[in-house]
Amino acid sequence: MDTRKEKTMIMIGGLVIGVIAALLVFFGNPANMGFCIACFLRDTAGALGLHRAGAVQYIRPEIIGLVLGSFIMAVSKKEFAAKGGSSPLTRFILGFFAMIGCLMFLGCPFRMILRLAGGDLNALLGLAGFVLGILCGVFFLNKGYSLKRSYRQPVVEGAVLPVIQVVLLGLLVAAPAFIFFSEEGAGPGAKHAAVAISLIAGLIVGAIAQRTRLCMVGGIRDVVLFRETKLLFGFIAIFASALVSNLVLTAVTEGTYFTAAFAGQPVAHTDGLWNLLGMLLVGFACVLLGGCPLRQLILSGEGNSDSAVAVLGLIAGAAFAHNFGLASSGEGPTMNGKIAVVIGIIVVAVIASVNTFKKDKA
Amino acid sequence: MKTLDARGLSCPEPVIMIRKAMTSKENVYEMLVDNQTSRENVTRYAEHQGYKVTVTENGEEYLLTMKK
Repeated sequence: MDTRKEKTMIMIGGLVIGVIAALLVFFGNPANMGFCIACFLRDTAGALGLHRAGAVQYIRPEIIGLVLGSFIMAVSKKEFAAKGGSSPLTRFILGFFAMIGCLMFLGCPFRMILRLAGGDLNALLGLAGFVLGILCGVFFLNKGYSLKRSYRQPVVEGAVLPVIQVVLLGLLVAAPAFIFFSEEGAGPGAKHAAVAISLIAGLIVGAIAQRTRLCMVGGIRDVVLFRETKLLFGFIAIFASALVSNLVLTAVTEGTYFTAAFAGQPVAHTDGLWNLLGMLLVGFACVLLGGCPLRQLILSGEGNSDSAVAVLGLIAGAAFAHNFGLASSGEGPTMNGKIAVVIGIIVVAVIASVNTFKKDKA
Repeated sequence: MKTLDARGLSCPEPVIMIRKAMTSKENVYEMLVDNQTSRENVTRYAEHQGYKVTVTENGEEYLLTMKK
């Protein structure tokens, strides 16, 4: 495929994804949260009882759909390949701290774009931090940072995370007593579109993201590294399309989907410094992981068990964040959360340094 | 000419590897990759640098030959 066709495809994909994200809010998802990989993994962690924050417990079908959509597309295009073994535990830790950063800001890079498209100006500081974090990661990439090679794995290894998604779907539908669901009015976990709508939305976006290699971190990283704009086009298309969709929905429905302001934004806080530092941690950690949380889910669907381990790291990070009071709320960040973000930036910098400057003899 | 081995390296390392190699401004480069994304990314970069890329598929591996 030539470069122009790739760019056209990712722009069309981005436009479709933006509309789907806005519609998910219309159908019941929390405001500016058509998609949020961090929030949704956190909700799923809560539903499984890994944390007990009653406001954010729900098995999000969007996550299930994203992984399975990527899986189905990869299999049909003969791109499914079980691979792994590229510093899995380091990836777990990077995923863990990426989540700590996301829950400081209250959103993954995907939701950051959707927050901007809903007029949430706090996300501008998040974006600034995200770019700074990516620049930190790019510095190390240019100096030779690598988590070393991955290798061929048995097919079963690559299929584990997709199979887990099918199990989660079963648990969501069967709703046994040991699964936690936020009660009506309890918080964001109680706000969701119907299961079928969320699942189909996830499947479509997962398939598009697999084909187009969409990645929020990659968009900015590739421009800085190679002056390559393809992935950035996807990023911009999602923003433009979600923005227009929000304006249209505000005009034709009774709801409000766009309010340009800092204060009073849904599932957000106004502490600019910590919005910036939270997303700095996310950008930095995700460049070292090779992709944003969305991309990790998509790669997991393609059989990449290293990305599956990163997803487990994200889930563990979410559970820790809510068990130890690290996650921000609408009132703002917590002291524990601030300490965790600073520790995260230090840990990620150490991981970057060790994997850049310490040369193995192999 | 040395064949660069980028198999198993995750995005964007193969592109950084070819970018570094291309500073020597040779007329031909060869690189082995083992996934579609790396194939696309390295091809795109090489084409931007004015190289013509041909791909030889060998099972799950791709040998990219880049010529000026």
